[in-house]
Amino acid sequence: MARMISLDPRVTRMNIDADSAPELEPKPELDQFQTFEVFHQAKSGAHHVHVGIVHAPNADMAILMAKEQFARRGQTVNLWVVNTRDIVAMATADADVFSTTPEKTYRDVGAYMVRNKVEAFKKQQQEGQNQ
Amino acid sequence: MNASACKDLLLRMADDELIIAHRHSEWTGLGPLLEEDIAFSSIAQDKLGHAQALYAIMHEHFGEPEPDTQAFMRNESAMKCCHFVELPNGEYDFSLMRHFLADAAEFVRWTALTQSTFEPLAKLALKIRGELKYHLYHAQTWVKQLGAQGSEESHARMQSALREAWPYALGMFEPSDADQALITDGVFVGELEIYQQWLSFVTPTLTEATLEIPTGVDPVYGGRKGYHTEHLQPLLTEMTEVYRIDPSAEW
Repeated sequence: MARMISLDPRVTRMNIDADSAPELEPKPELDQFQTFEVFHQAKSGAHHVHVGIVHAPNADMAILMAKEQFARRGQTVNLWVVNTRDIVAMATADADVFSTTPEKTYRDVGAYMVRNKVEAFKKQQQEGQNQ
Repeated sequence: MNASACKDLLLRMADDELIIAHRHSEWTGLGPLLEEDIAFSSIAQDKLGHAQALYAIMHEHFGEPEPDTQAFMRNESAMKCCHFVELPNGEYDFSLMRHFLADAAEFVRWTALTQSTFEPLAKLALKIRGELKYHLYHAQTWVKQLGAQGSEESHARMQSALREAWPYALGMFEPSDADQALITDGVFVGELEIYQQWLSFVTPTLTEATLEIPTGVDPVYGGRKGYHTEHLQPLLTEMTEVYRIDPSAEW
């Protein structure tokens, strides 16, 4: 028997016959866990931000997976998981309801020339107090 | 304080952490799910960190060798780990069951050590509390999932893993000659006390997982005295292979 030699000692240790390695059988379709959306909170009081998806059989397991997948490094104070099926999304075909929104610049904060007025008002208040 | 008793405690704890860390790390790249692969790897890193911190205390307070020397230059008979952590990973059911039983023991042990009169150990116990809590949460979630919410096969596998693991798990609490001095000095509550706390800790989880706890089982002792299973030496050889090429290398 020709023994399978691998750079990974764990594989070598298994004494696999290199000549008669079994054929890999493809997994049946849809043999996967459901998915959960993961929301990560970096600081207390901050928003939970969507960071990705994990596969898991239930919410408890999803939290475990999310901890490993998305909270291994850096700061974390909390995680949320939400079953993907519980997300209500707009139909992608309805994206046209937003098509003219970028043109409505009068709704942008930058369109309001209000800062000068606010500062003038503050100054006026200040002077009023000093008198 | 009785220094040799304290060293005895530190060494057996550190060696357990070192060896279980190596075993857990063997799942890297082979875990059944990507996240599980990562989970075992990060838990392994944490355990290795605990071992290093314990060897560092021995070095700093009792003049023992540097942590790297302790970890990589001792032969089998100088190791004080229990047989439980030496056993090969087997299949995922056994690895998970061992992870649960060993982490429950660690959790109980380190919780007791937060009250230790030996301050460096009490401080370390407080520092790693969050890690231990997570390790336990990981193990508990899986044991309950596969025991009570999985399939007939997963239940059967977890039950047989529990049966296989139990005598070795009991061996984690092998009584030590140092225990009486440690209790007197208020350093540690002793193995018997930890065993009792552990048993009342694991029982509800195993019951919830609908698993039957083996009874009338003899514990497997010997590790704390330097007698080991046939599995330890090959592990040490592999683990120390790179370090021994050039022990003076800077990493």
